[in-house]
Amino acid sequence: MLMKFKVIIIAILLTFSCAKRNKKTEVAIDTTSKKEVLSNDNIIGLDLEVYNYEGFKKFLNKKDDKTYVINFWATWCAPCIKELPYFEKLNAKYNNKNVEVILVSLDFPHLYESKLKPFIKEKKLKSKVIALDDADMNSWIPKVDKSWSGSIPATIIYNKNDRKFFEQSFTYEELEREIKTFLK
Amino acid sequence: MKTKIKLIATLIIVMCVSAFTITNSNSGDGYKVGDLAEDFSLKNIDETMVSLSDYKDAKGFIITFTCNTCPYAVMYEDRIIALNEKYASKGYPVIAIMPNNTDVKPGDNFDAMKSRAKSKGFTFPYLIDEKQDVYPKYGATKTPHIFILQKTSKGNVVQYIGAIDDNYKDASAVNTKYVENAVDALLNGKKVEQTETRAIGCSIKA
Repeated sequence: MLMKFKVIIIAILLTFSCAKRNKKTEVAIDTTSKKEVLSNDNIIGLDLEVYNYEGFKKFLNKKDDKTYVINFWATWCAPCIKELPYFEKLNAKYNNKNVEVILVSLDFPHLYESKLKPFIKEKKLKSKVIALDDADMNSWIPKVDKSWSGSIPATIIYNKNDRKFFEQSFTYEELEREIKTFLK
Repeated sequence: MKTKIKLIATLIIVMCVSAFTITNSNSGDGYKVGDLAEDFSLKNIDETMVSLSDYKDAKGFIITFTCNTCPYAVMYEDRIIALNEKYASKGYPVIAIMPNNTDVKPGDNFDAMKSRAKSKGFTFPYLIDEKQDVYPKYGATKTPHIFILQKTSKGNVVQYIGAIDDNYKDASAVNTKYVENAVDALLNGKKVEQTETRAIGCSIKA
């Protein structure tokens, strides 16, 4: 009984959030930023925001009161998959402490439908997942961080006061230790 | 109480380890453009040992850290073969090195390397960095990762570090062929204009 109730609630929520998102896309198209949001496919019933670097960079430069944890990953990257649950745990535990985790997938665009979306669904990822699709990597990798050689996993933690870049894998303990230095 | 001690012990261990990592990365950041690259002796898929000094007539080398299991590396396989076809005869052969720990990535083990090279028809050596001591010297962090060396009287000078070109997805949509531009410049006695580029790749598994 409870289960049924939950399903209904989720269905309602999904309907609403889809409707809202679609509206957003329309607006985006109207205001010439069509190029920035490359697509918003919804074939397997899952929204995926896809950005080129121009569209994506706003996620690296938010000036509000939140601390952002931006993790670059891909379904083909084994160490990324291994640490993903730690980012999920961090997001769940620190959500009410003004922390937002954003998982930036670097999966190949032709595998969004067959690999990425099924993965997001199967693992029930709660953190915001977006996809970055910009083939001219040499132009944007140094803009994310000067020291980034381009290997993943890679993570940026930032807020309006501080910013740190990590080209490494995390354990949950390491991640929590880092986030605490930002929340001081 | 016990947990507290454990916690402190863990902290001390973490501090020691991280201190180590810092010294390591300071001394072992790898080659920069202009550095002399040391020679190596690594096992090829035909069971022979290969060194740069074996190539008496070469003018330089296109050292390519690559593997079987990284999708980016796989997407570039045909372009690596094409590079060797174009430049080996001009004095810049491709030397491919597989740097991964094969316990972590069994798909990159020596037998898998042999069969991949056979099925793709690699025309260049595909070497295994069995002791994993060559890639850290270069400072290779991912696959594919290219290092172009120029043979000089002083030794093999690193002239380029980075990606093959600027579009991993589609070879026909490439605007800038970084490696070709660099080798062409060296063959024409010119300076390499773009000496370092970056690309997403799979981190090398230690």
